[in-house]
Amino acid sequence: MKTAEEFFNILKQKFGDSIIELKSGVPLESFIIIDPLKIDEVCLFLRDDSELKFDNCMNLSGVDDANGKKEAQADGSSTIVGGTISVIYHLESVYLKHKVTLKVSAPRENPQVKSVAAIWRSADWHEREAYDLFGINFINHPDLRRILMPYDWEAGYPLRKDYKNPEFYQGMKVPY
Amino acid sequence: MGLLDKQFADDNIVITTVDDLLNWARLSSLWQVGFGLACCAIEMMATSASHYDFDRFGVIPRPSPRQSDVIIISGTVTLKMALRVKRLYEQMPDPKYVISMGSCSNCGGPYWEHGYHVLKGVDRVVPVDVYVPGCPPRPEALLEGLMKLQEKIRNESSVKKSA
Repeated sequence: MKTAEEFFNILKQKFGDSIIELKSGVPLESFIIIDPLKIDEVCLFLRDDSELKFDNCMNLSGVDDANGKKEAQADGSSTIVGGTISVIYHLESVYLKHKVTLKVSAPRENPQVKSVAAIWRSADWHEREAYDLFGINFINHPDLRRILMPYDWEAGYPLRKDYKNPEFYQGMKVPY
Repeated sequence: MGLLDKQFADDNIVITTVDDLLNWARLSSLWQVGFGLACCAIEMMATSASHYDFDRFGVIPRPSPRQSDVIIISGTVTLKMALRVKRLYEQMPDPKYVISMGSCSNCGGPYWEHGYHVLKGVDRVVPVDVYVPGCPPRPEALLEGLMKLQEKIRNESSVKKSA
């Protein structure tokens, strides 16, 4: 069983600047921050290296960091400009019984993250969900469509902090 | 006045009105669409099972809306599902009835404020005959709802237009 620090050192040695930071001392498990455009290479290494063997992508989820500037709108609501949107990866090696948490952050206006769907098949729908609810574009994803919301949903991405629900969808009133 | 009140002394003859006969036939064999949406559907299935026995009221789940008389909206109607619910309703032959089962399909339930994906009441897409409150309603409550619907059908008229 390796610790997050050991994983960080292995990755730092292999990928250099693409591995940005190790965040430890946080309330839950430590995580490693990685360049969103290099995450696919890092993940492929994590899966295939004989010391790491991360054969299971337990979870992949989007997060709206909401760390941009809040701008008040005329109607009393507010939008967030700038800042980042993140993706968290929870990986596990069933074979070697260890786990690691990765995080990538991309600019809120056009979040681009490399897809890991080709590395773990389970990431396919998780990435579609993150795209559906946060609007994160996964580069090289085989089938990046909405998965939970209707395909013709045009009101944006519901789990973003500055999301506003539409008045109508397909002629049906949405608010209570 | 019950159907059998005007029985003649002769065997095998019953005199009644066409309305009474049709209503009696309709309310005694309300075939429902075999269709469930969420946790209420579990309760609906329990109502269908042997302990509560929906079948004793003539309620049998049918695999096609084209063979059904009543649709029980049992669960949260999402905006995505609402279009499908509407299509199912439109595929049913007249006369058709709708029971809205549980808080979600009555008014959005716990999703009424922050449910960005939930239709706040199925009556926004299909006309509802009976609302059954509860989260989820117990089988007894659904049976009560069904009996309310039967009462409603009993007072219908095929000649006179009802409201």
